Amino acid sequence: MKIHEYQAKEILKNNAVEIPVGFPAFSVDEAVTVAEKIGGKLWVVKAQIHAGGRGKGGGVKIAKSINEVKLFAQQILGMKLITHQTSPEGQEVKRLFIEEGIEIINELYAGIVLDRAKEKFVFMVSTEGGVEIEKIAESNPEKIIKVWIEPEFGLTTFQARKLAFALNLEGNQIKNGIKMFKSLWKAFDANDCSIAEINPLVITTDDKVIALDAKMNFDDNALDRHNNIEEMRDFTEELPSETEASSYQLNYIKLDGNVGCMVNGAGLAMATMDIIKLCGGEPANFLDVGGVANSETVARGFKLILTDSNVKSILINIFGGIVRCDRVAQGVVDALSSMQLDVPVVVRLEGTNAKEASILLKDSNLNFILGESLKDAAEKAVEVANG
Amino acid sequence: MSILLNNQTRLLVQGITGKEGSFHSKQMIDYGTNIVGGITPGKGGATQYELPVFNTVSEAVKETKANASVIFVPPSFGPDAILEAADAGLDLIVCITEGIPTADMVSVKNYIRKLDVTLIGPNCPGIISPGKAKIGIMPGFIHKQGSVGVISRSGTLTYEAVFQLTQLGIGQSSCIGIGGDPIIGSTFIDLLSRFNDDEDTKGVVLIGEIGGSAEEEVAEWIQNSKFNKPIVSFIAGQTAPPGRRMGHAGAIIAGGKGTALEKMSSLKKAGVTVVVSPSDIGITMKKKLENKS
Repeated sequence: MKIHEYQAKEILKNNAVEIPVGFPAFSVDEAVTVAEKIGGKLWVVKAQIHAGGRGKGGGVKIAKSINEVKLFAQQILGMKLITHQTSPEGQEVKRLFIEEGIEIINELYAGIVLDRAKEKFVFMVSTEGGVEIEKIAESNPEKIIKVWIEPEFGLTTFQARKLAFALNLEGNQIKNGIKMFKSLWKAFDANDCSIAEINPLVITTDDKVIALDAKMNFDDNALDRHNNIEEMRDFTEELPSETEASSYQLNYIKLDGNVGCMVNGAGLAMATMDIIKLCGGEPANFLDVGGVANSETVARGFKLILTDSNVKSILINIFGGIVRCDRVAQGVVDALSSMQLDVPVVVRLEGTNAKEASILLKDSNLNFILGESLKDAAEKAVEVANG
Repeated sequence: MSILLNNQTRLLVQGITGKEGSFHSKQMIDYGTNIVGGITPGKGGATQYELPVFNTVSEAVKETKANASVIFVPPSFGPDAILEAADAGLDLIVCITEGIPTADMVSVKNYIRKLDVTLIGPNCPGIISPGKAKIGIMPGFIHKQGSVGVISRSGTLTYEAVFQLTQLGIGQSSCIGIGGDPIIGSTFIDLLSRFNDDEDTKGVVLIGEIGGSAEEEVAEWIQNSKFNKPIVSFIAGQTAPPGRRMGHAGAIIAGGKGTALEKMSSLKKAGVTVVVSPSDIGITMKKKLENKS
C-alpha cells in the first residue's frame, strides 16, 4: 500500500526523524492559511500524488511570498500531473503539502528495501541525492553504500556510524545522521514497510540531517496489524475498478489492450496475458479470481472487465485443482444468463471436473466459444477481438 | 525415485481440524500420503480421520515418529507454526499458508537457515511425487509417475505444465511449487541440486515469473555447476507492466529489475531451453528427452 509524502512524514516525525515544518492543504485557501501558520519567508508548495518525479512534472514549486503560495497552489491543485511513474494521462492533484523552505548545503539519499537475494532488509545511502537511485545503481553502483540488517538486532550503532562516515558527514552531522538512520529503521520496522526512501536527505547549514522528501510503502500482508496505516489509504489515488476488485478479494490490474481475461492463479493469469500477446492480441487486464471461482466471483469478474470499454472479447482460463470446473462453468452460465453481454466470451476449463463443465456449457445454449487448449483459447479470443 | 517426498515420509498436518487442513488431509490420504497425525492446539486427544490430534508438534513427533509437516494455518499463525515444526526436529516443512508478512519471513528464514531442515513455501501448492505421495493442495489426478522434475514459483501454472507433460505421456519424478512470496524456504538452486542427484530424474521444467532475481541466480548456478540434464523453462509476466504487483507478493518489476526478458536471457545463456509460449512447455520437454535418448 502507498501513502502520501505528508503522511509518511507524520510517521517519520513520530519516530524522531527530523522533517521540515509542514501541513497538508486540500484547498487554495487552506494552503494560504497553513503557509501563514508556518511563517518565515520561503515555502515549498508540493503536489501530493502516489507517484515520484513530481518536481520534474511541475508539481513542486518554491514560493517567496504568501501571494506566490496562493498562485502556485492554484496552479498545482487540480492539475493533471504527468511523471515517469504516472499513466500517460497523468494523475489529478487533489491534495497539497505546504512546507517551510530550508537552507541546505548537501543533498544525499537514504533508503531501506528488502534484498531478496540476501533475504534481509538492506539500508542504502548515497552521496548522490536528489536523482533517481536506479540510475545511480546503473551508472555508479559503487556510490551506493549498503548495510544488511540482522533481524535480531535491527540497525546497529556501528552500522549507522558506517553509513554516516560513508556520506562524509562531519562534526555534529555525524551524531544527527546516526540518530536519523536508527529512527528511519525504527519507523520502517514498526510499521511493516516494504520501502522507505528519503530522497533527498539533506544537511542544513546548522548541521541538521533532515528528510526533505519521504516515500513509504507498506506490506499488504501486514496491514491487519496496522490500523493506523490502513486509515491513511487514499482511495482517490487508485482506479475505482481496482479498489472494487480488492474489496471482493479479486486481484485486478487494468492494462491497455482489448482482450479481457479471467484466470485462477497469479502465475497462470500472467501466462495467459503472455499467450494473448503471442497470438497477436493485447491483454486488457490481469485478473486473478483466486481459489474461489464460483458464480458470484465470475459475475463480479465480468463486471470488472467490462468497466473497461476497450474490451472486445473475454477469455476465461481456469485450471481446476481445488476449484471444480463444473462450479465455475455454472458460474459463467448464471452470470451470462443474468447480464447483457455484448462481447464474445471464450471459455477454457481444464482439470478437476472439466468434462462435466464442458457438457454444462454446451447444454446452456448460451453463446460461448469453447477453447480446447490454452493456445486454442487464446487464438480464438484474439481473433474475435480483432474481428 | 523422487526428491524430498517418498514412501518413507511420515507426515503431520498442522491445522488438521481447520477447514482447509481437514479438506486437504483427506485428499492427501486418498492419494496415498502417509499422514500419521495432526496438530491443533487445544484439541489434543481428539481424532480426525482416525488419526491422533496433538496440542504440540514435539508431542506429535514423539508419539508418531513423524519426519515431515504441512502447515494449513491462518497467516498470522504461520511463522510460529514453521518455528514450532523446525524446533521439533522435522526434516521437511511445507507451508501452504498465503499472506504471511515479509518481515516475519525474514526472521523465520534467518533462524531456520542455521538448522538442518528443508522448508518449502510459504504461499505454495506443495510437493507431489506422483504415484507415491503428495503434500499440498495440487490435484493428484493430472500427474503421472515418471522422470521429469518440475519446479515452479506458481500454482495453477504448474498444473498447466504438468497437464501438458502428462497428456504427452511424460511422467514426473517430483513437482514442487516453491511459492510466490519474496522470501521462501527453498529456492530453485536448492531443488535443482537435489534433482541433479536424483538418478531417475532425466529432465527438469523450471517455471519462473517476474520479480526478484531467483531465475538469474539459478542461471548462474547452472553455468557453474555440472548440471547436465535438459532444462526447459518458461517465465510468466512477459507482458506485465513495471511497478505493479501481479497477484503474488513477489511478482513485481521494481526499479526496472526483475523483468521476464532479463530472466529469459540469463537462462538461455546458461544453456536452458527457454520457451516463449506457456503452451510449448510440454512439447519442448518431449523433444529434448527424445533427442537425448
